[in-house]
Amino acid sequence: MELFSPDFGLIFWMFVTVLLLVILLGKFGWPFIVKSLEERAALIDKGVEYAQNAKEQLENAQQEAAKYVSEAQKQQAEILREAAKMRTQIIEEAKEAAAKEAQKVMDAAKLSIEQARKESELQFRSEVSQFALQIAEQVVRRDLADDKSQAELVDKLLNEVESKN
Amino acid sequence: MLCAVSPVAAVASEHSSEGVDPKGVIFHHLGDQYGWAVPFSHHHNIPLPIIVIDEEGGWHVFSSARLEHGASYDGFKIATEGDYHGKVVGVKADGSEYRPIDISITKNVAALFISAFVVVLCVMCIHRWYKKNPLKAPRKGTAMLELIVEFVYGNVIRPTLGKKAEKFGPYLLTVFFLILVMNLLGLLVIFPGGANLTGNIAVTLVLALFTFFMTNAFGSKHYWKEVFWPDVPMWLKFPLPIMPMIELFGLFTKPAALTVRLFANMMGGHIIVLVLTLLIFIFGAFGPVATGATTVVSLMFSLFMLLLDVLVSFIQAFVFTMLSALFISLAQEEGHHSEEHK
Repeated sequence: MELFSPDFGLIFWMFVTVLLLVILLGKFGWPFIVKSLEERAALIDKGVEYAQNAKEQLENAQQEAAKYVSEAQKQQAEILREAAKMRTQIIEEAKEAAAKEAQKVMDAAKLSIEQARKESELQFRSEVSQFALQIAEQVVRRDLADDKSQAELVDKLLNEVESKN
Repeated sequence: MLCAVSPVAAVASEHSSEGVDPKGVIFHHLGDQYGWAVPFSHHHNIPLPIIVIDEEGGWHVFSSARLEHGASYDGFKIATEGDYHGKVVGVKADGSEYRPIDISITKNVAALFISAFVVVLCVMCIHRWYKKNPLKAPRKGTAMLELIVEFVYGNVIRPTLGKKAEKFGPYLLTVFFLILVMNLLGLLVIFPGGANLTGNIAVTLVLALFTFFMTNAFGSKHYWKEVFWPDVPMWLKFPLPIMPMIELFGLFTKPAALTVRLFANMMGGHIIVLVLTLLIFIFGAFGPVATGATTVVSLMFSLFMLLLDVLVSFIQAFVFTMLSALFISLAQEEGHHSEEHK
């Protein structure tokens, strides 16, 4: 059977061709192609990894930003509250100061009123004593020799009256 | 469609006047010729060089056209009968024939050169792309080639051979592409295809021998120890070396299996298509109705078989590469722990 008996010529040429092909492609063709393929695969892997990292970092950054924002909001609220507190405090203080001032003014007024009252009282007293003396003079119809001792007497009497009151 | 229709036309042109000799036609198509038939005509051949070395060691190179139609030239002719039927024989002075050393560029050899050239073109195509655009994915045809490279290298060679992939990858890729191109070109009916290359035992034998060489020439110490002094009870290897003999025999069954698998698969595909086509001419004897019906059925089956053969072409190239990678990796194992696979 011709089919099952290998032909020498074909074996020879097949051998030569395959040998040449293997040497030629094995030296100049495949190593470079395989290397390029693997390099590209590595590059793609690296790219994917990079993208994943970037995504992660982005998420982290977003979280961080959100954290900062919420912190800032918290601080803002704090500051506002602080300001409100300060405002009320200032108002309070102002009120207090005003009250104090008012009190002082009042005290001064009271003092002066008291003084005036005392003065008027004194005046009133001396006037009353004069009137009394005049009345007494009129009553006894005589000029008392010593006005001064009489005045003292009246004064004493008046003090008594006052203490009784 | 061209594939399915053409064999019919080719056979038709050949046997339009005379009766059909199915066996002769099949063997003619499966076998080898000096000269390549011009499409649709068996009377005109593309001449190919005949290279023979006669008994005295003299070289003779001439065109196959000189031996056509039984002509003889320079003391050589194509034998029409006997053991050397269809081959170039030398005619001695006394009229007896002898077979010279024949390294002619026959149809098969020419097809082999074309296949090798196509493989080189494919590789150059990918190579040029990467030279120009490193780290960029190719487009169109180059992408398809690269896909095949990646398919074979990434799915078979690297997982099987691990760290040794770089060393044996080029050989395995070359073999894969060569077988694939030869298979596919064999399915084309007209020039530059039509040669039943991978369905020729000489071709598959040489390929298997290369794998045999790659397996054993780079085999590890452990591999050879397993062959000659395997890990079996003593009485199995001494005094009568039963196991070593079996192991040694096993070395040769592997390439034999490779040879026959590829050869039988591809030849089977060719034979089925040829037989289906010939059915038309066999049934032609039963009148026009039978001929018409057989033609339709045969054409459909031929088309189906040829499409199936496209698949088989790829699978067989793949299987050959896979088994070669496996045999080589088995010979690379060190010690009892098998190599780390990626």
